[in-house]
Amino acid sequence: MQQQRVIVVGGGLAGLAACVRIAEAGIPVDLFSMVPVKRSHSVCAQGGINACNDVARQQGYSEYQHFDETIYGGDYLADQGPVLEMANFAPKVIDLLDRMGVPFNRTSEGQRDLRLFGGSLFKRTHFSGATTGQQLLYALDEQTRRYEASGLVKKYEFWEFLWPVIEGEINGLEGDGRCVGIVAQDMRTMQVRAFRGAAVIMATGGCGLVFGKSTNSIICTGGAASRCYQAGAWYGNGEMIQVHPTAIPGADKCRLMSESARGEGGRVWVPRKKGDNRIPKDIPESERWYFLEERYPKYGNLVPRDIATREIFDVCVNDGMGVNGQNQVYLDLTHKDPEYLTRKLGGIMEIYEKFAGEDPRYTPMRIFPAVHYSMGGLWTQYTPGNYAPAQPHGEHKPGMPVPVDTQPGRGMALGAPNNMMTNIPGLYAFGEVNFAYHGATRLGANALLSCIFDGLYCGVSVANYVTQGDPADRPIDRVDQALFDRVVQQEQDKANRLLETADGIAPGDDANPYLIGKEMGEEMEAACTVVKTEARLVKCLDKIAELRDRYARARLPDAAAWTNQSLSYSRAVGDMLVMAEMIARCSLLREESRGSHYRTDFPDRDDTRFLKTTVAQFDSGARGVEQHRVSYRDVRTSLVKPRARTYGKVEGEESQKPRGKPQPAHAGS
Amino acid sequence: MIATQESTKASTVRIRVKRCDGPGKASYWQAFDVPREPGANIISCLQWIAAHPVTVEGLKTTPVVWDSGCLEEVCGACTMVINGKVRQSCSALIENIAPNAGDVVSLEPMSKFPVIRDLWVDRTRMFEALKRVKAWVPIDGTYNLGAGPKESPEQQATRYTLSTCMSCGCCLEACPQYLLEEDPKKWPTSFIGAAAMNQARLFNEHETGKQLKKDRLDVLMGPGGQSDCGNSQNCVKVCPKEIPLDESWAAIGRSVTIHAITSWLRR
Ligand SMILES: Cc1cc2nc3c(=O)[nH]c(=O)nc-3n(C[C@H](O)[C@H](O)[C@H](O)COP(=O)(O)OP(=O)(O)OC[C@H]3O[C@@H](n4cnc5c(N)ncnc54)[C@H](O)[C@@H]3O)c2cc1C
Ligand code: SF4
Ligand code: SF4
Ligand code: FES
Repeated sequence: MQQQRVIVVGGGLAGLAACVRIAEAGIPVDLFSMVPVKRSHSVCAQGGINACNDVARQQGYSEYQHFDETIYGGDYLADQGPVLEMANFAPKVIDLLDRMGVPFNRTSEGQRDLRLFGGSLFKRTHFSGATTGQQLLYALDEQTRRYEASGLVKKYEFWEFLWPVIEGEINGLEGDGRCVGIVAQDMRTMQVRAFRGAAVIMATGGCGLVFGKSTNSIICTGGAASRCYQAGAWYGNGEMIQVHPTAIPGADKCRLMSESARGEGGRVWVPRKKGDNRIPKDIPESERWYFLEERYPKYGNLVPRDIATREIFDVCVNDGMGVNGQNQVYLDLTHKDPEYLTRKLGGIMEIYEKFAGEDPRYTPMRIFPAVHYSMGGLWTQYTPGNYAPAQPHGEHKPGMPVPVDTQPGRGMALGAPNNMMTNIPGLYAFGEVNFAYHGATRLGANALLSCIFDGLYCGVSVANYVTQGDPADRPIDRVDQALFDRVVQQEQDKANRLLETADGIAPGDDANPYLIGKEMGEEMEAACTVVKTEARLVKCLDKIAELRDRYARARLPDAAAWTNQSLSYSRAVGDMLVMAEMIARCSLLREESRGSHYRTDFPDRDDTRFLKTTVAQFDSGARGVEQHRVSYRDVRTSLVKPRARTYGKVEGEESQKPRGKPQPAHAGS
Repeated sequence: MIATQESTKASTVRIRVKRCDGPGKASYWQAFDVPREPGANIISCLQWIAAHPVTVEGLKTTPVVWDSGCLEEVCGACTMVINGKVRQSCSALIENIAPNAGDVVSLEPMSKFPVIRDLWVDRTRMFEALKRVKAWVPIDGTYNLGAGPKESPEQQATRYTLSTCMSCGCCLEACPQYLLEEDPKKWPTSFIGAAAMNQARLFNEHETGKQLKKDRLDVLMGPGGQSDCGNSQNCVKVCPKEIPLDESWAAIGRSVTIHAITSWLRR
């Protein structure tokens, strides 16, 4: 019998970490990516990666507190076991990356330096300049290249995943089906072919492009996830989309201004007087409104993202208090030493200078919220660990004894084959494309962690599934070739159908896929992000129905049989429309407000009805919005008891503000 | 967003693109008039052309093919030759490169790599070069073995800068010694170029990475190695990440010399 191979789709942090772990177990890996993996979207991450560390520990912080913060931050929507496991494992991730040579910033003694990030009062964010994601990705890219050089990893770069190959019936968690490979297309030669894999890991990242301009890279369409969804994989909490409070609006995308700008002391403000058009440095302290510090004296500018976003939105859109009457507020670092800023935030200072043409060391930045991250994603399972308290714990306060140690397997059983497996056996989802760790909103610097944790911790699960699970009994190389040929044909037909429409579209044509994509983005951003209401969501679903209708008549601008990017994009638009409709529908059905999901018509959290995971299941037999069958599953909250998520907000417009910058309780470094 | 109104006098900007339908096909130029938008860059112009693929002559054509990713100058994908200068297209703002009415922007693919289509080139050789110099730290696997070596802030700052290389290829496009080579079999002996050399230095300067220093220097001493560099310093001038490639060449030069002497003594 030929040795069984694992397919990894996506070479961001999650995919590469998985790749390295599985290759290390001696199992060959085929790695697919639309871009050379070194250029994956993870490269954009700026701020850092969270983990408990020795300094914070001596100040009363702990892995358990990291866990508690993440659960609280996510407004209790995450199943708790995997989050505990991730927080416990985090220091090991940092040590490993350190060994791989990541140039983490250092203290004068040569220790890893730490910074403050949203949602915590402790410094627990490790960073490498202002391009942490880039540096982490490069480290994993280098280790992957090492395995590539030794022959255990084979890369398929500029290959696009088109569809999973499934043997048998998928019926939620019931069917006898399993994933046995994928069909992919070479983006240069346009060849479509099937690949066999004993397991397939989707690590394809987020879906920012569904919302038009976002902080994401241009390939983050969510197309791959949508295809898995349409092939029968469940999608969890689709409505949970994070809008980052601070981005620089641009013509092609919104460039992120990292949370580390606030972590390093950045203050958000607008002039107290509406229409005060003086340049910022002429506006005296007393005439500046530091609205976050005023409303949230405890966390100040470091409230979590959804809260900061809504407050900025409120100040600009509802109160019309934006700088120069526009949708923008100041993010001000000019009170800090310019040298210090260059050293700590060089990369992002440069981005602002480059794209906005002003030096943020001397002029406050002008920023506005933008779509940033999808907490929702492919639904995944796990086997709970061995920590099972009789009663869920209450709030964990710094310095309190922790109820559980950090041994592997406390929250999620080590090596259990179903960890981060979708409802389809053999099909896994790692990284941003799954729904598992961040509940209703994600804390800054927890995403990089969850991606690498998935790859390393759940990579073991995949190896076990392949060597001891179903593929060991029923090897993949014995699966009937006709099955693979059928899926190749299905995808070839789909491509041909699109290519046949290419007779040159007129600009402005309502069947122009680029314009359909653009309208979808604008509609989704307006209806499905910062504030949602029933009326607006219903309108949005109508618009998407119209767009899907137009898409059915879409005409391609290019018929080329070689390197046809229009085909790839247009195909993705169809899949994004499906995803958009599902997200809008899930948003409509969740009649409460929780984390990033804010409904003005249901402003409160409703644990009785909605302390539940939204599960969307695609019904290919139905039409339009009915294709998305939505049900709810209880969230597993056996470890921590839900409490109100307020971040100590001081109510009322005229709250007495404690002056000066917010002083975290234990911020020594 | 923050564009001043004065700088956008004309309502459109003319973009000339050197196109090519595929390997072995002849190149040709097409021009497009693209509306000026606040904050517009080359990418947003190419996106506009994709949605409106009509040349200035009114000829219906196909969208231009190009490579991009992050759109914030950190992934290296979108490198091309803009008005004769190699750089990233995502950070090329129209208000900076073509501020006035009548300004024309010309876009060409890099010339040191085979063209796939239009502005998209195949930079596989760059990634192969990283294998050639073993650009990695030879760790003992991914299981928990504690922290990595301690490092001074100065050393971290040096390594961090070297490590921001995004394999964009600007330094190779500008280098008189680095030539187009379509045959992968010739890559192992062709000039390695500044980017991979700089990675060799990066890993030679890491406590654990050092273990492979000898292998790296062997390669840089061999054909297509350090001695092929003509020291023209074009590379350092175009590197968008301002990596001190001249210093890296000097550092590698010193190491190679010492390595050559010690290898000779050991013979
Ligand atoms: C600007 C920005 C800054 C951020 N900063 C931070 C931070 O400081 N800290 C933090 O923790 N998080 C941060 N995040 C979030 C974090 O970067 C992402 O969540 C994370 O990098 C996602 O990694 P991933 O491995 O899941 O996917 P990605 O890195 O997105 O990789 C996806 C991979 O899938 C491939 N792919 C996609 N579709 C297909 C297909 N159809 N066929 C084949 N391959 C495909 C792509 O080629 C790519 O290789 C930031 C995000 C953004 C946008
Ligand atoms: S210094 Fe060497 S590598 Fe740099 S451009 Fe000149 S010849 Fe090329
Ligand atoms: S060294 Fe500079 S110019 Fe050369 S590939 Fe790296 S980033 Fe680009
Ligand atoms: S698109 Fe990444 S560098 Fe320009």
